[in-house]
Amino acid sequence: MKRHTHTSTTSAVPARARLFAAMMAALAAGCATTPGDPLEPYNRAMFSFNEKLDKVVLKPAARAYVAVTPALVRTCVGNFFSNFNDPWIGLNNLLQGKPTAAISDVARFVVNSTAGIGGLFDVASGIRLLKHDEDLGQTLGHWGVGEGIFLVLPFFGPHTLRDTLALPLDMTADDSWKIVPHVSTRNVMSALQITNERSRALGLERTLEEGTLDQYRYARDFYLQQRRYRVLDGNVPVEYEDFNLDEGEAGSGTQAEASSGEPSGTQSGETENPPETQSGETGNPLEIQTGETENQLEIQSGETGENQ
Amino acid sequence: MTRKLITLGLVATLAAICVPASFAAGESGSAAGAAQADAPETAPDVLVRHVTDEVLDIVRNDKAIQSGDTRRVLELVHERVLPHFNFSRMTMLAVGKDWRGTTPEQQTRLTNAFRSLLVRTYSNALTQYRDQTIDVKPLRAAAGDNRVKVSTEVRQSGAQPIPIDYSLEKTAQGWKVFDVIVAGVSLVTNYRGEFGDRIRAGGIDGLIAAIETRNKTLESRQGGQ
Repeated sequence: MKRHTHTSTTSAVPARARLFAAMMAALAAGCATTPGDPLEPYNRAMFSFNEKLDKVVLKPAARAYVAVTPALVRTCVGNFFSNFNDPWIGLNNLLQGKPTAAISDVARFVVNSTAGIGGLFDVASGIRLLKHDEDLGQTLGHWGVGEGIFLVLPFFGPHTLRDTLALPLDMTADDSWKIVPHVSTRNVMSALQITNERSRALGLERTLEEGTLDQYRYARDFYLQQRRYRVLDGNVPVEYEDFNLDEGEAGSGTQAEASSGEPSGTQSGETENPPETQSGETGNPLEIQTGETENQLEIQSGETGENQ
Repeated sequence: MTRKLITLGLVATLAAICVPASFAAGESGSAAGAAQADAPETAPDVLVRHVTDEVLDIVRNDKAIQSGDTRRVLELVHERVLPHFNFSRMTMLAVGKDWRGTTPEQQTRLTNAFRSLLVRTYSNALTQYRDQTIDVKPLRAAAGDNRVKVSTEVRQSGAQPIPIDYSLEKTAQGWKVFDVIVAGVSLVTNYRGEFGDRIRAGGIDGLIAAIETRNKTLESRQGGQ
């Protein structure tokens, strides 16, 4: 693990932040860095269980919901639930040392809760207060906590171990409306939230099903890649190799690559680290995307600011 | 693609992969359309914007497409989108280093099969397009660059914008898209894992056969060419 960046800054931050960093480091030690997919048989089984559940329960419910609900209402429902997690997103931005983004998230919540009538309308996006994408898993990653193994959870789908550990807190904080004391109201709202979310992706599962030879494999690779991208806030420059050339002449820039398999540790100033965890692991399925010369997605020193 | 979707995990996989993909199809599709009308020197960001606007405009006004008319969508994509893509390069990137061991015949077959697969599956996603807005960002590239990335953002109410980037390369026939990157994931190179599995199991011919079989299944199910 490369965690030395914040040692240089800890002297300037209060003891509490240092304690937080220490806790993160302890947690990080418990998570392997490029773990592969040791639970693949279980994961595949759970993946198809989730798919069946979707086919039998969620998808039909979402279809029915779309049939009886006008699009505007569905948008408002989505906005309403989405509004509740902006404060949590803001807190995570703050924990990652991004106060400007955090202020924007809080402003979003205030604007949408008032001018947006309790969050039904997303007026904040109209005044350039765009929604951010943060969660506790990303915050942990930002502080150097490794991903740990890949897990497909029942109902909750693909996760890394790190994000699984963050999930209970993330869910509680995201769905702060669940403080509603009335149980059946809460259940109805939960059902509405899930159905509404599912309705946004209706018809699209077909793309995944038809467009891939191995859905699980594609979904896993996609999930891991986009989580890494989010932890790094998009600072992942892309480099393309030309496989029409021979190995020797093809490696433009590949010698400078840092390991994208460790996005959590790759903060500014660290990109010149050699890909220490990659060597000899090319047989590992996860490595296809993260390391070595066949990789097109690699972090290159000197280019980190290129991608927004 | 919200955090909410992550919490609802089951949906998350689908949404993470498919929702952006549909926009990608829409946008890339649009990127293709404009190029024909414009001179080869059209700036890549202008090209992407033209094609995006054009294709989405057609989708918005075409009830048949909105209701999922496969034949109609395929027509639109073939006509406006495909001319702007470099599929042999895309296939090479999807296969990765195993590409080096392939014969020209295998490369041609694989490219055709992969193109057909992508076109069929992502064209469908276009029918899911509704009222999202797409923002093409100004190009950040030097004048002499032969390879650029055009960044766009899909905005939708109540969800964070989804970044979709197009990698384009200058060719004698103008700028060609060879990769689409959704939320940091290349829709092309993300195939490398599963393609690699197939190649290890049955060689490059096994991979070709698998894709061709899938295409036949889709063809008989959907009709159209």
